[in-house]
Amino acid sequence: MKKSNKIFKSIVISFLIFLYAPALLLPIFSFNNSKVIAFPLSGFSTIWFEELLYENTLHNALFNSLVIAISSTILATILGTLVARASTRYIFYGKKISITFILVPLILPEIILGVCLLTVLIQLGLDLNLWSVVLGHTLLITPFSTLIMVSAFNNLDISLEEASLDLGMSSLQTFWIIILPMVSPGLISSLLIGFVISLDEFIIAFFLTGVEPTLPVYIWSQFRFPAKLPSTMALGTVLLIVSLILVSLFEYFRRRMELYNNYGVELDQK
Amino acid sequence: MIKKNSINNEKIVDLISIVKSFDHVKAVNNVSLGINEGEFFSLLGPSGCGKTTLLRVIAGFEKPENGNVFINGTNVNSVAPNNRPTNMVFQNYAIFPHLNVSENVGYGLRNTNLSKDQILKKIDGALKLVGLKGYNKRASSALSGGQRQRVALARALILKPRVLLLDEPLSALDKNLREQMQFELRQLQKSVGITFILVTHDQTEALTMSDRVGVMFNGKVDQVATPEQIYNKPETKMVAAFIGSMNFFETKCLEKSSKTVTVFHKDLGNVKLLKNNIFGVESTKLTIGIRPENLKIISDNLKIQSKSFTAKIVEKSFMGDTMLYSIKLNQSENNNTYNISISDIKNSPNPNIGDKISVTFEEADVVAYYEE
Repeated sequence: MKKSNKIFKSIVISFLIFLYAPALLLPIFSFNNSKVIAFPLSGFSTIWFEELLYENTLHNALFNSLVIAISSTILATILGTLVARASTRYIFYGKKISITFILVPLILPEIILGVCLLTVLIQLGLDLNLWSVVLGHTLLITPFSTLIMVSAFNNLDISLEEASLDLGMSSLQTFWIIILPMVSPGLISSLLIGFVISLDEFIIAFFLTGVEPTLPVYIWSQFRFPAKLPSTMALGTVLLIVSLILVSLFEYFRRRMELYNNYGVELDQK
Repeated sequence: MIKKNSINNEKIVDLISIVKSFDHVKAVNNVSLGINEGEFFSLLGPSGCGKTTLLRVIAGFEKPENGNVFINGTNVNSVAPNNRPTNMVFQNYAIFPHLNVSENVGYGLRNTNLSKDQILKKIDGALKLVGLKGYNKRASSALSGGQRQRVALARALILKPRVLLLDEPLSALDKNLREQMQFELRQLQKSVGITFILVTHDQTEALTMSDRVGVMFNGKVDQVATPEQIYNKPETKMVAAFIGSMNFFETKCLEKSSKTVTVFHKDLGNVKLLKNNIFGVESTKLTIGIRPENLKIISDNLKIQSKSFTAKIVEKSFMGDTMLYSIKLNQSENNNTYNISISDIKNSPNPNIGDKISVTFEEADVVAYYEE
């Protein structure tokens, strides 16, 4: 019993090391004052971070990525909310099959998705630009938004909606005053997770981006120049920290949502 | 869309041949029911009898497949819940968790033209009415079960509905609070003068609070009457069995006269029933019902004046204010036991388990149902 416990422990520990050690190398080398990415470290420096400040193409890529992430996240969250509301509240013909199709991008390899989208866009004769990436990312994020919002709507007690109607409010007023605030933790979770997904998505962006690269596409292109490697590492460090903050926020709001959920359960038991 | 209809003016709610099914099961099966202005009406029945569905039909949350709903003389079949002069107190109260007490209570006033001061005044008035004065800024998550219910009541009453619908509002409360709220609800109804329609599965609740009770089984209303009538003269066997407890004896019809029917039972002998106490479609077999408290144990020295029979005591339990005996009949082959309840314990004989006793009853207290 104890022996197997030890084995499990060491498996978990080595798993964590393999998972996070590479990520830890990022901040270590980004503060190293050498162009060579190798041990031993030669000294502490913030020069690579300073270099980021003067990299114009980087700034453009960052701007592109933010535009794409914000637009596609908002679009996907609106779509996901509508899908979730329809699937939790109404019964209609072809509901199951249409929901399944909406969730397909979750399991479809991104490279397939990227190639397909590229083919379709070219066949349609559309130019590749930021908006084609927004389209691709919206497709990718919508399933996540849908799942998050379905659980948010499922937690919503239907009698709250009925009470609002009963007290003289219209369906639209009920949606704005009661339903939306009650699912707002879900909305925020969906926005955060969508933003993170879009920000570090590479394959679809690589296929669909025209002459304006996104941040991951920019990073990939930088690997051709060994001299740029340390500053790319610095950029990675910044991205790592931003992602960690966003994911923590996501987790915070997800728990808030569960709190609403438990509140309902507690009421039922009383 | 809304057409005036003057079928009945004193009836605030008039349901005519309402049918509502879920998945081909008729939850409400051809119910016609009139509720008088200003009364406290209860819909009583076991769970799944359709009472909540009927209430939701009145509120407008369920659309009946058949039949008409009149509220205050107006056909409201095509009127949405937010335009009906009814308000509802939900079973789980449905307090909006992200709004505080004032915002919850004043919720329905958002769509009115009242000024902010007027609204605040109305909220204070409504909170005072339900005994929550000064709770305005309290978060709704910080309320106890009883307080939630009061907020739900205030929120519904502030709109001065013609009819207040209450869906099992007391079932979530503990016993003491429930009894207190029963009393308060009754007082509240009297003071505001609004028609209350209460759905409950608790017969004590229905009998103690209501002016009239409708007893429902399997989507149909079996009897609508005052609590006394429901208890003393249940019009169907199901109502008789559901309300209080009832001893049933199967009998055969012997002879009928203009005012009475005489039936025969092996142990009870000939029993002369009043025709007023007999219900159902005439046939030769009748089930007669006698309440446990209408059976009396005869002491040895007492002379028998009315009907009597002999029995054996198989169980005896002391309930505090009453003594409950389980008895078996002598002649009948079946193993049925019957109940006697004695409330005047001091002045009654006190037989023990296994004792043979004589039991008497008044023929006027017997109700009877024709069997098909």
